[in-house]
Amino acid sequence: MSENLRVKSSQYIDETTRVSFKFNGTTYYGFKGDTLASALLANNVHLVGRSFKYHRPRGIMTSGSEEPNAIVQINPNTNRTEPNVRATEVEIYEGMEASSQNCWPSVNFDIGGINNFLSPLLPAGFYYKTFMWPASFWEKYEYFIRHSAGLGKSPTSNDPDIYDHRNIHCDVLVVGAGISGILAAKNAAKNNYKTLLLDEKNELGGSTIYENNESNKIDNKISSEWLKKEIEELKNIKNLEIKTRTSVAAYHQYNYLLARENLTDHLEKKDKINKIRQRLLKIRAKRVILATGALERPMVFNNNDRPGIMLSSAIKKYSDFYGVACGRKIIFFTNNDSAYESALSLNDKGIKVEAVVDIRKQSETNLEKRVIDAGIKIYWEHTVVNTSGYKRLNNVSIMKLSNDGTSVTGNKISISCDCLGVAGGWTPAVHLYTQSGSKLAFDEDKKIFIPNKNNSDQISVGSCCGDFKLDEILKNLNEKLKDFLDINKTDFENITVKNDEEISKRNIWLLPSDKALGKTKPFVDYQNDATAKDIKLALREGFRSIEHVKRYTTTGMGTDQGKLGNMHALGIIADTAGVKMGELGTTTFRPPYTPLTFGTIVGRNVGKFFDIFRRTPMNDWHVEQKAEFENVGQWKRAWYYPIDGETMHQAVQRESKAARESSGILDASTLGKIDIQGSDASEFLNRVYTNAWSKLGIGKCRYGLMLNEDGMVYDDGVTTRLGENHYLMTTTTGGAANVLGKLEDYLQTEWPELDVYLTSVTDQFATASLCGPNSKKILKKIIPDLDLSDENFPHMSFKEAKIGSIVCRIMRISFTGEQSFEINVQASYGKALWEKCIEAGREFNITPYGTETMHLLRAEKGFIIVGQDTDGTMTPIDLQMDWIVSKKKYDFIGKRSLYRSDTMREDRKQLVGLLTDDPKVVLEEGAQIVSELNKNPVEMLGHVTSSYFSPNLNKSIALAVVRGGKDMMGKKLFIPMEDKTINVTVSNPVFFDQTNERLNA
Amino acid sequence: MFVINCPYCGERDQQEFKAGGEAHIERPKQPTELSDDEWAEYLFMRKNIKGIQYERWNHAHGCRKWFNMIRDTSNDEIKAIYKMGEKPPSI
Ligand SMILES: [Zn+2]
Repeated sequence: MSENLRVKSSQYIDETTRVSFKFNGTTYYGFKGDTLASALLANNVHLVGRSFKYHRPRGIMTSGSEEPNAIVQINPNTNRTEPNVRATEVEIYEGMEASSQNCWPSVNFDIGGINNFLSPLLPAGFYYKTFMWPASFWEKYEYFIRHSAGLGKSPTSNDPDIYDHRNIHCDVLVVGAGISGILAAKNAAKNNYKTLLLDEKNELGGSTIYENNESNKIDNKISSEWLKKEIEELKNIKNLEIKTRTSVAAYHQYNYLLARENLTDHLEKKDKINKIRQRLLKIRAKRVILATGALERPMVFNNNDRPGIMLSSAIKKYSDFYGVACGRKIIFFTNNDSAYESALSLNDKGIKVEAVVDIRKQSETNLEKRVIDAGIKIYWEHTVVNTSGYKRLNNVSIMKLSNDGTSVTGNKISISCDCLGVAGGWTPAVHLYTQSGSKLAFDEDKKIFIPNKNNSDQISVGSCCGDFKLDEILKNLNEKLKDFLDINKTDFENITVKNDEEISKRNIWLLPSDKALGKTKPFVDYQNDATAKDIKLALREGFRSIEHVKRYTTTGMGTDQGKLGNMHALGIIADTAGVKMGELGTTTFRPPYTPLTFGTIVGRNVGKFFDIFRRTPMNDWHVEQKAEFENVGQWKRAWYYPIDGETMHQAVQRESKAARESSGILDASTLGKIDIQGSDASEFLNRVYTNAWSKLGIGKCRYGLMLNEDGMVYDDGVTTRLGENHYLMTTTTGGAANVLGKLEDYLQTEWPELDVYLTSVTDQFATASLCGPNSKKILKKIIPDLDLSDENFPHMSFKEAKIGSIVCRIMRISFTGEQSFEINVQASYGKALWEKCIEAGREFNITPYGTETMHLLRAEKGFIIVGQDTDGTMTPIDLQMDWIVSKKKYDFIGKRSLYRSDTMREDRKQLVGLLTDDPKVVLEEGAQIVSELNKNPVEMLGHVTSSYFSPNLNKSIALAVVRGGKDMMGKKLFIPMEDKTINVTVSNPVFFDQTNERLNA
Repeated sequence: MFVINCPYCGERDQQEFKAGGEAHIERPKQPTELSDDEWAEYLFMRKNIKGIQYERWNHAHGCRKWFNMIRDTSNDEIKAIYKMGEKPPSI
């Protein structure tokens, strides 16, 4: 069944290396260097997909990244499968498989094609109008829409490939390696600029490299021959790095660009293994030269979307670059001279060109004469009014255009053909330019948007700034480069350039047909099936902004981002609404210019590198003891230590009992530690904490509560006075970095007069917290010569001591209500300290406990955890911690806010304890609390913030925030759950040892 | 992604910095003397200008110093950078 449409050997294709590949299950052959598109066309396969809405058969339309139709799934059902790949970009390799997307059960028989016949029912905004009502049906609609739409399938197994990121700093970045980009890069590098040249194709030279028009000459050589020599010379230039298969995805401010370098997608499977597949280049360039070229536009006429209808430039590239004929009988349809070049080139290779249909009145150029001499019929002032052929174009009907171009006259002429090359003029590729923030202007004469107001350190050269003829391109390039690179001359200053002149122009955004617009299908956006009709309907329905029309009609919203159709959409809107295109503006071009894989974006940050973890010096011990871990901020903290298959509940009950009955040990290394020094350190603490600090003696510890300026609790922790002007502050584990940042902010910006220096020492110290009635005995074994009597070393005080020769800081402070000693040593001794404690504590059944037990023990004592019992809306008063708010201090952060009318309300949510009527029932954290069950709507009073079964009290306990809870002591409240209502009684939040006897027992 | 010229370290990538909101809002020296409305004005009210905006920035992953920036929010052009406590330069 395979046909061969190779017309000549091509220097860009390796015809000695035959490559077999599968498309939709059929095996085909191509050559090394072929794209999937060129290989399919060589086998005379045009039909490659179905359109999104109407499921119309669609064929390959372009030869580049602007392709709207030939979107395929590569290697389906494998772990390397990739959806939404443009067949025009992907290079074939031995064994590659590809399949059409958006068609079921097959591209040749597509059930969704019924939509085509229903299309009168599917106008612009169809999805919005139909599926949004009634709202409760959306779930059913969504299923239907997603099932019938389906743009490709994502892989279901892990990505086997490696991705990478690289930072590049260069003096000059040149985007696009056509003739302009090559000359720009060469001259930049030769003048000692460190230069990077990128191109999305696998070959340098853009469209000039396969130029064969005898009229386009540089120094009397055909431009392609001249350029080849220039490319050859690039090899010997220092300071120049060239990357092909590299497409710039985004151009951000300050010349920061992201590019995707494709390294293995074109290789056979066996050569992909263990290599980097794609690399994201993060480029910071001092100067950027955009040489991104231009995209050919199609034209908008009735049934302009059949397989076989292609861009004229694409047909030329397939024949001149890949050596493939796109058909056996080709017609060109044009509004400018470029189709004549394509026609001549094809004719030279023996491909039959039936006719050129030109909407202009005349051309009068040398090209026209050569086409006529070649025996090709030209239909002046004609337009295509219809096409036929369901899965492949077989006929084109043309008629004469009226003078104003809005209607057709005369007889319909029917011409049979299998391929139609459409040349609607050129659109500069200004996507990256506008992404950078630079502004466009509309060129009324050329009907294009061109760069207008640049940001500095950037220029556009070549056809992306609207220069289309070789002589103007090279003349302007020369001047721009000299100015931009601050050089006196370029190395191509004295070349002579000859090319054809284009004299006649005519542009009609929507071409008329003999049928009424309502009966035709002139597509503007191929991928999203938006027609000129839809755009006009949107305007009739009152949409005016181009951004709104775009969304309503979905024009330009496909994976191709409307690279082909946007200009026509604008033109049709401008014509219909009677405004100038320049005034209408364009839609925003957003990154990425071409799609990026997730792998490229993520790079090496996968698996264990996905997020940063911090581990304490004792971590290995916890792992050896098979502790379960929980994430606290970036830290991995031991959560609980199950023994013999204990559940979490069992382990926590055991740990909690042991800590109160004998001794427990907690790894507290993760607490934030800030070293504070300076002659104003005390004054500083006075300002940042709610309580007073001036009178704290050296060697004493104090608990502090830190507020935000809005009066809400921000962080808490114990701070120790190590010396006259020296404090050690501890913060919550998760809050450490933010607290340091906040304190620095105040010091540097509000109180620069204070002599205070802050240093984070979190990582420098490891902390083991010994707690329980036997903790003193254990510590005594470790440091026999330290006097641990309550007189010498009372609760809330600090001693420096030595374990052997290791200096340690010991704070007698408690978060559990038991006697506790927090032993701090230099981090590298952390594990040794821990093991020594465990060893010494063995006779006292020392029990390591994790964060869950810590939470339970502190909840028994009613101690809050910032972030669990508070949520940024709780003041110290709300927490019933009035005792810590100094009334005497003139000011501290957040003080004034405690006297705002809102923070003084009596009915704010306040922290209380809750006891369940049934002591065995444990509440769910987050459960809502109500006082009346039958009120409608139910009035929520607050919620449970902490809840545990206390083994030491043998009952369920909970902390909660309840509106007006302070005055509800003993009141019965209800917690309605899905299947039952739980009765609770408001209690004191301190459940255990309310008189703190155990601290000094 | 901006390039920001830290007054202490020189030009660095934006990802080393943290934005800190509107600049030149001084914390009242005597908050207790203020009415609720005056305090709320300091606490909550910030400008959100399209155009020239005075901002605080912090070289969070560098020298940790705070400084001021004048930025045109319409095109992200950084007009000036100056240290804390300094008067804004005329632009
Ligand atoms: Zn800095």
